[in-house]
Amino acid sequence: MRFLAPFKIAARALRRNKMRSLLTMLGIIIGVGSVIAAVSITTGATKQVEDKVASLGQNVVTVFSGSFSGMSGRGGWGSAPTLTVEDANAIKKEVNNAVAVSPEINDRMQVFANGLNWNTRVNGESPDYPQIRDWDLASGAMFTDGDVRSLAKVAVIGKTVVDQLFANQDPLGQTLIIRNIPFKIVGVLESKGFNLFGQDQDDIAIIPYTSHMKRINKRTFVNSIMVQAATKDSITQVQNDINGLMRDRHKSAEPDFTVRTQLEVMQMATQTSKIMSVLLAAIASVSLLVGGIGIMNIMLVSVTERTREIGIRMAVGARGRDILIQFLIEAVTLSVAGGAVGIALGMASAQIVAASTGWPTITPMLWIGIACISSAGIGIVSGFYPAWKASRLDPIEALRYE
Amino acid sequence: MQNRPVIQLADIQKIYRTGEVDVHAVRGVTLDIFPGEFVAIMGSSGSGKSTLMNAIGCLDRPTSGLYRLDGIDVSALNRDELAKIRNDKIGFVFQGFNLLSRTTALENVEMPMLYNHRRVSAQEQHERSLKSLELVGLATRADHKPNQLSGGQQQRVAIARALVNQPALLLADEPTGNLDSQTSIEIMGVFQKLNDAGMSIVMVTHELDVARYTKRMIILKDGKIRTDEKVADRLNAENELKHLKQAQEAVKLA
Ligand SMILES: Nc1ncnc2c1ncn2[C@@H]1O[C@H](COP(=O)(O)OP(=O)(O)OP(=O)(O)O)[C@@H](O)[C@H]1O
Ligand SMILES: [Mg+2]
Repeated sequence: MRFLAPFKIAARALRRNKMRSLLTMLGIIIGVGSVIAAVSITTGATKQVEDKVASLGQNVVTVFSGSFSGMSGRGGWGSAPTLTVEDANAIKKEVNNAVAVSPEINDRMQVFANGLNWNTRVNGESPDYPQIRDWDLASGAMFTDGDVRSLAKVAVIGKTVVDQLFANQDPLGQTLIIRNIPFKIVGVLESKGFNLFGQDQDDIAIIPYTSHMKRINKRTFVNSIMVQAATKDSITQVQNDINGLMRDRHKSAEPDFTVRTQLEVMQMATQTSKIMSVLLAAIASVSLLVGGIGIMNIMLVSVTERTREIGIRMAVGARGRDILIQFLIEAVTLSVAGGAVGIALGMASAQIVAASTGWPTITPMLWIGIACISSAGIGIVSGFYPAWKASRLDPIEALRYE
Repeated sequence: MQNRPVIQLADIQKIYRTGEVDVHAVRGVTLDIFPGEFVAIMGSSGSGKSTLMNAIGCLDRPTSGLYRLDGIDVSALNRDELAKIRNDKIGFVFQGFNLLSRTTALENVEMPMLYNHRRVSAQEQHERSLKSLELVGLATRADHKPNQLSGGQQQRVAIARALVNQPALLLADEPTGNLDSQTSIEIMGVFQKLNDAGMSIVMVTHELDVARYTKRMIILKDGKIRTDEKVADRLNAENELKHLKQAQEAVKLA
């Protein structure tokens, strides 16, 4: 078969009308370009949010005191005095796949060291905490179950606290004063950066929850209980079991606790970008539709304008299908070339955005594929009618056309 | 005459049905043209010459009648089969040149080969086009576009294009219609050379002068053949050109 001939003919025709070819492609270039740029930016943003959610820990299920569904005007998560250390122990003992548990007390106060002071979060946790948060120690070691039992005065601190109080020093073994009580620093956490809500996660000092409850803030309730499920697949089961267990233990009319999983947080956090994606897809289809109409329009003009050329080609032996293929290839070449330029331009502008704003951008291969296929599709669909019209021309009438 | 006719027309009729009035453009033409003939079709404007040529060139279908081209009954063929016949059996030269604008002479000449049934390699296309241009004396202008060529040169490109597939038959509808007399003679020279090499040629013309370069003259009137006779005082393009040049020299000297 004369496979390459139609491409040669189409290429010659397009070259003869460079400016028009370029202008015709513009619709597709802008459509594909803006879609690729927007997808790159939202994908980058989504990835960033996902990373942040992942930095919450691994397979985390959190029990908060208080309930959002309650009508009694409670203050929300973590504020009602309903969760106890016994609840945490019961979860660890009775819930399948609950591999690590940490009762959690959140506080914020002034701490002192080296004659300096710093306002930071002081959390009471169990030794399981680094495992749940998937948070390694940069130096030293986490306090132990023995420390919890003995209400030990030991602390593990984050990078920000180190920077503020122990600049250019090794904090290990040094003393951190909390509420006039000296705590020995036994470990330093690796830097984790900011979390989803813009909070500096490294601005923290962690002490055994028992020490916190007995020595710092005398109280019997914890703010929340962090639980790690064994695997991603067991997260929901752990959540359900905790719900059942806690309902049994707290026999109140309406639940006085809330169990949230990392999956749910992920879903909530990525909701916005999901909506953005749908919106993008809508804009994409509209702009590509406009690009397609542009191509169809120009091809129709082109067929009318080149009626004589079509007549000449038919007179020297072109069949209807040769003409059809020629115009189809012209349309597809225009749209695919436009798509390719659009992809390049879209990626370039995403890079520019990334460089100037610092937002991470990612161009997914999937969308490059979608852009390629849909530009080819647009070419075929919008080129077909003009090409078909051209192929139906009568050679004599086409030749006589002025 | 020798063997089988290239063109065999039997009672060809063409009726244009446009709105209220039917135009009976060709009313029963019967005609045989044999290989190696060089025929001029003449007649007043509107006598049906172009209509008949288009039918012979398989560009248009007669309303009735039988047409055999090179032994094939063309009346029975569909659009695609006609296209194939046009591609490999007929070379058509139009009155208005009908070259692709903004396309080089070489590419214009290559065009019919793009539609050949058999694949022609790019190199062969190039070679054959060049040879064809050489035949009409235009090889040096291969890279020129139509708007860079004179009318006579454009017509030669059109002839080269008609020849590139080595057709059995060369058809020309008023090939000299737009040309001055010297260029017309040059074109007739090309035709005579081709005819001497064995090509069958049918040509429509208004001008008796031009018709005298052919071998046989057919005159149409109102869609019918009025006369069909051998050209008695045939002109030789080469000699005529020489005479013309001498005459021009004489004018300059005087
Ligand atoms: N497409 C058409 N539709 C209707 N009538 C037509 C058509 N083409 C030609 N005719 C008519 O058919 C008749 C013959 O036309 P044709 O073009 O064959 O004449 P011609 O001999 O080539 O004339 P000329 O020397 O002016 O070119 C004319 O009366 C013309 O008006
Ligand atoms: Mg005519």
